[in-house]
Amino acid sequence: MARVFMKGCEAIAEAAVRAGCRFFAGYPITPQNEIPEYFARRMPEVGGVFVQGESEVASINMVYGAGSTGMRSMTSSSSCGISLKSEGISYCASARIPMVFANISRGGPGVGSIHPAQQDYFQATKASGNGGFEMLVFAPASVQEAIDMTYHAFDYAQRDRNPVLILCDGVIGTMMEPVVLPEMKTEESVAALKDANKEWACIGHGKDVKRAWIEPGHWRGQENANIEAAALYATWDKDVQVEEYMVEDAEIVIAAYGISARVAKSAIDILRKEGIKVGLIRPITVHPFPYNSFEKLDYSRVKTILDVEMSIPAQLIYDVKQGVKDRCPIETCLRSGGQIISRDAVLAAVRKLNGK
Amino acid sequence: MEKVYARTTGICKDMVSGFCPGCMHGTVIKLIGEVLDEMGVMDKAACVLGIGCCGLKMEYMTYDNTTAPHGRACAVATGIKRATPDSLVYTYQGDGDFASIGLAESVFAANRGENISVIFINNGIYGMTGGQMAPTTLLGMKASTAPKGRLAEEHGYPMHMCEIFNQLTAPVYLERTSCNTPANVVKTKKAIRKAFENQLNGKGFSMVEIVTNCPTNWGLEPLDSLTFIEEKMLPEYPLGVIRDK
Amino acid sequence: MARVEIRSESCKSCQYCIKFCPKGVLAVGTKVNAKGYEYIVPVKMDACIGCSICARMCPDAAIEVYK
Repeated sequence: MARVFMKGCEAIAEAAVRAGCRFFAGYPITPQNEIPEYFARRMPEVGGVFVQGESEVASINMVYGAGSTGMRSMTSSSSCGISLKSEGISYCASARIPMVFANISRGGPGVGSIHPAQQDYFQATKASGNGGFEMLVFAPASVQEAIDMTYHAFDYAQRDRNPVLILCDGVIGTMMEPVVLPEMKTEESVAALKDANKEWACIGHGKDVKRAWIEPGHWRGQENANIEAAALYATWDKDVQVEEYMVEDAEIVIAAYGISARVAKSAIDILRKEGIKVGLIRPITVHPFPYNSFEKLDYSRVKTILDVEMSIPAQLIYDVKQGVKDRCPIETCLRSGGQIISRDAVLAAVRKLNGK
Repeated sequence: MEKVYARTTGICKDMVSGFCPGCMHGTVIKLIGEVLDEMGVMDKAACVLGIGCCGLKMEYMTYDNTTAPHGRACAVATGIKRATPDSLVYTYQGDGDFASIGLAESVFAANRGENISVIFINNGIYGMTGGQMAPTTLLGMKASTAPKGRLAEEHGYPMHMCEIFNQLTAPVYLERTSCNTPANVVKTKKAIRKAFENQLNGKGFSMVEIVTNCPTNWGLEPLDSLTFIEEKMLPEYPLGVIRDK
Repeated sequence: MARVEIRSESCKSCQYCIKFCPKGVLAVGTKVNAKGYEYIVPVKMDACIGCSICARMCPDAAIEVYK
């Protein structure tokens, strides 16, 4: 298959189109502007819809609408813009609307910085909006992963009738890499995917057919709806994805995701040549989290976990702690505010731990 | 004898609504159902409800509907209509939903000329949440958050949405009606039908602003609320066609 | 000759129908429905001309008209 050289944001948009996404609404915010700009050019080519919403709020609500017709729909933003979408995302989760959104994350909190960061971990994995709903959250560490995750995210969204989040830091979003694009779904198959949702879709139903009633909340049945949702979330153990790199004999294990994991991996290759037994556990799904990868480590051998992330205070560390359960210390190597983690910093941190 | 006025199939058969006695939400919902029935398009209809007493409509309609986050109905309707252009998509919103929190979404949907129909219920108060001031509350009219009444120097002036939207180029039809008399009820029904016909003919953005009541939060008996509409609301919000392209 | 049928359970006794009926057909009843409203009843059905103004005004779609 042909390889093309693509920027993360544009690759995400193209992957979405190939997966059958035919509605995108979004608002400009650095560093993800290439996503709406790409869709603006590409959607008319495939008979899809692009709208520059008047705000992130308007955009998520347009996706709530388009998604409620059963059409594969997407929005994207960055950090503070994602915050604006909170209510809409919560509505999608509550009303069981399949949709995909991407956070090309930047510094925070607040307007933060326009440069890349991993400062939205809690928001992404624990509380994207009110009400305690959960989503599958994928964290790519390469442009290829961003493509594959976006492409499959629509299938997950449709399977579960739930929003799916691509938590893509600003580095992966703005870097360019050679990639292989997935097969473009045919127009027939895209139409069939929308049609498969016909029963519940708010598109107009005949008088004698059960009407579609999309409810983002229930006067009387909220508890039952939540019980159903909890049952769905409990099925996601099977969807955990993780990369365990050189962990089998590791004495120091790095925990990292996204660009931090990419940097850590290249540090590991150098450290291994120095004889340091270091490995990496990389959550690919940050929700559901691969707790088992940490639980099953042999702590008679593993002396330290090094949490590497572009977030101060550290956030990933809380999930790592849950897996480690106090069986060994967890140290950190962190950057924040748009500063990208450097390989030298990881090398120094591991060498220091190894010296102990 | 034959039945000359039947209950529309657009509302649930044995409806006992939760609306207050005399609340015109019930009247408008009935009229919308009648129009959809008569036009034979109920199987295409998709209603986007706002948040507020308008949202109570969800239980009584017999056709597809969704509830948008507060204020966002015009954005949600944009999404639905763009994704399924053959549907008849209309929003049903109160004054808070349409003109306060949702002002941006309302203006932009109108400005883009989205081919949707907006039914904007203007009763000058926030009903569901207990009578707070609305963008359309009259000067001097008391509200729970303006206990001395709306004061121009503190709260600004009532907003006239049809007139504001008349500044935009794209909208094709803007009319203000009421349901306080039989003649006005007939005009309201005609206006709703026109807005829906515009959409089916692909003409663009239509809005019907319906001046209604809130007996409970106005502190008036239903019959007295009709008088309030006549004497106070209509002088501020004159009825008629503001634009018809 | 005409008549109206008022679904008593839907009626909330707002009296719009009484106010606008040109023939004085309707009045507030003496019985109360499940919601506690003294529902409207026809008291002069013979005078009904089937104009349907009552049904048109009713916020609860409680009235159907026969002619």
